[in-house]
Amino acid sequence: MTQLFLEQALNGLQFGLMLFLLAAGLTLVFGIMDMINLAHGSLYMVGAYLAATVAAVSGSFIVGVLAAVIGTAIIGALLEVTVLRRLYVRDHLSQVLATFALIMIANESVRLIWGDQAVMLNPPDALSGPLEIAGFSYPAFRLLIIGVGVAVALLLYLVVTRTKVGMWVRAGASNREMAEAMGINVKQLFTLVFAAGAGLCALAGAMLGPLLAVQVGMGESILILAFVVIVIGGIGSIRGALVGSLLVGIVDTMGRALLPWVLREFLPGPVAANLGPALAAISIYLLMAAILFWRPAGLFPARG
Amino acid sequence: MRLTALAASLLLASSVHAADTVKVGFLSTLSGPGAGLGVDIRDGFQLAMKQLNGKLGNLPAEVLIADDQQKPDVAKQEAEKFLKKDKVDFMTGIVFSNIMLAVGPQAFDAKTYYISANAGPSQYAGEQCNPFFFNVAWQNDNLHEAMGKYVQDKGFNNVVVVTPNYPGGKDAVSGFKRYYKGKSEEIYTKLGQLDYAAELAQIRAIKPDALFFFLPGGMGINFVKQFVAAGLSRDIQLFAPGFSADEDVIKAVGAPMLGMFNSSHWAHDFNNPENKRFVADFEKEYGRLPSLYASQGYDAAMLINAAVRDVKGNLSDKAALQKALEAKKFKSVRGDFKFNSNHYPVQNYVLRVIGNDAQGRVTNKTMGTIFTNHADAYVSQCKMK
Repeated sequence: MTQLFLEQALNGLQFGLMLFLLAAGLTLVFGIMDMINLAHGSLYMVGAYLAATVAAVSGSFIVGVLAAVIGTAIIGALLEVTVLRRLYVRDHLSQVLATFALIMIANESVRLIWGDQAVMLNPPDALSGPLEIAGFSYPAFRLLIIGVGVAVALLLYLVVTRTKVGMWVRAGASNREMAEAMGINVKQLFTLVFAAGAGLCALAGAMLGPLLAVQVGMGESILILAFVVIVIGGIGSIRGALVGSLLVGIVDTMGRALLPWVLREFLPGPVAANLGPALAAISIYLLMAAILFWRPAGLFPARG
Repeated sequence: MRLTALAASLLLASSVHAADTVKVGFLSTLSGPGAGLGVDIRDGFQLAMKQLNGKLGNLPAEVLIADDQQKPDVAKQEAEKFLKKDKVDFMTGIVFSNIMLAVGPQAFDAKTYYISANAGPSQYAGEQCNPFFFNVAWQNDNLHEAMGKYVQDKGFNNVVVVTPNYPGGKDAVSGFKRYYKGKSEEIYTKLGQLDYAAELAQIRAIKPDALFFFLPGGMGINFVKQFVAAGLSRDIQLFAPGFSADEDVIKAVGAPMLGMFNSSHWAHDFNNPENKRFVADFEKEYGRLPSLYASQGYDAAMLINAAVRDVKGNLSDKAALQKALEAKKFKSVRGDFKFNSNHYPVQNYVLRVIGNDAQGRVTNKTMGTIFTNHADAYVSQCKMK
């Protein structure tokens, strides 16, 4: 029983930290640039494909991950300079339409280059099995994901709270016009933030690739969760993204793990069998609705 | 006068058209996460067309291709276009049963034969069976039934079944449990779920001796990767229907799938001349091994070819065409099979295991036969007119 509970807690933590990598970039772009970027998930997909390709060619998973992060950050910067920059002044509907078009372009490009079927990306051999400590076993690769997630969260925290760039980012998120008036080069800052967000996406894609199918459309399924996270956490706030991610990760995992069994105790078999999975599937949306009811701007709103 | 001449020539053109060419409307899922399946069916179909020199039953053939994007509403529009505007003689290609059930009535109303190269919903096998529907692959339950039988015969009696919480998943469970009678625990997941850590922890706690999963497409890839990473493959034998263990999944997962048992009606190592030619030509044309989906697309083309040939190109005689389809005068790459009274196959199902082939590739190997001349469970409910 302790094994089960501890394992599920780690699972929730791991899933939450991965969502954080996606949500951090998304919330900054949304918060600072006031830009809804639906194509955020496409950068995640591109990152996973780059990692798979480079890892296959070089034979090293780490090289693959690094190449994916750098490559995708460059792609992100180029995208910002050529396309997205023109969208900041437009309303949200234009942004949604344009970035939706980017999703389609990205999906078709990936299909042209890599084909329709999922590509292979496996963890390094040393981490492919479970790690066993005193009778408790947990997949080694998931532990690595937790480590990477914690490291990135710490790094982001330090950058945002302790550096000049971080100060600009916070200033931009809380009041863009004022930040501009104070002489911050917002244009460059935006490109930098976007590239960093793209790099984080790629890191998430590359780290999740060995657990998930690397295939066309993989970005859309996870993007919805990332949006839920930033809505819960408060748009523009890194701290909100972290708390939101962990909440979503843990509620989703615990919901799936516990609800079917708890319901079985109280309800007749067939009803519980149908209701359990259905409730577990919507648990994070119930969480979001509840939080929005009491805190309409999310848990840690950046503006205010 | 000119108008009459024009009308007459149009009339002439259209009647000549009907006798001169065969039009096939190929509607399948060619984009999105399910695209790998549709693309394989298409490539199998097109390979047959190439081998037949672009002709079906000695008539020049035109294959119109459309993408349903895995959405029933899009599929219905494309089917409408095929049936009303292009006036196709046959339709084929649909991967998913929910789309099949949406499009079926349109084809039947237009009295157009639908040759299913994949989707085999129980509805069309049972009460809603229709003379205009033929399935050249299997009834949806069949591969699950075969796996249930094998797991039962091997003496496993503590099995966990994992499947998405949707009608296809429930069908998989009922198919599996039709032949597996031991203790079982079902875990239903969300459709399109990415992470299975919570379910895997439960499975570890249950300690089953075998696990049967039906998670189509990317879900299966995610599940197998995470199952192996959790170290569960050492104590729990993994079983799946062929669709969760074919080339599309193997290509994405690779070596971790070694030793996994699965059921199918076809395998690329079947030793018959038709299959050898199909597999060799497919590899030459597309640079990869065919999956069961590709074999089904190929057989669909071969069935249409045989039927058009046997009615000597007279496609307007629907009754004769139906007889020719039912008679099925072609040699399938799976070996012998025949159509049941509900137009679904009666055929053998085999056990495959994933291993390394002579060239060191990770792929399926046929182990033995599970069912001989197996029919589906719904045929008795079918009153075919």
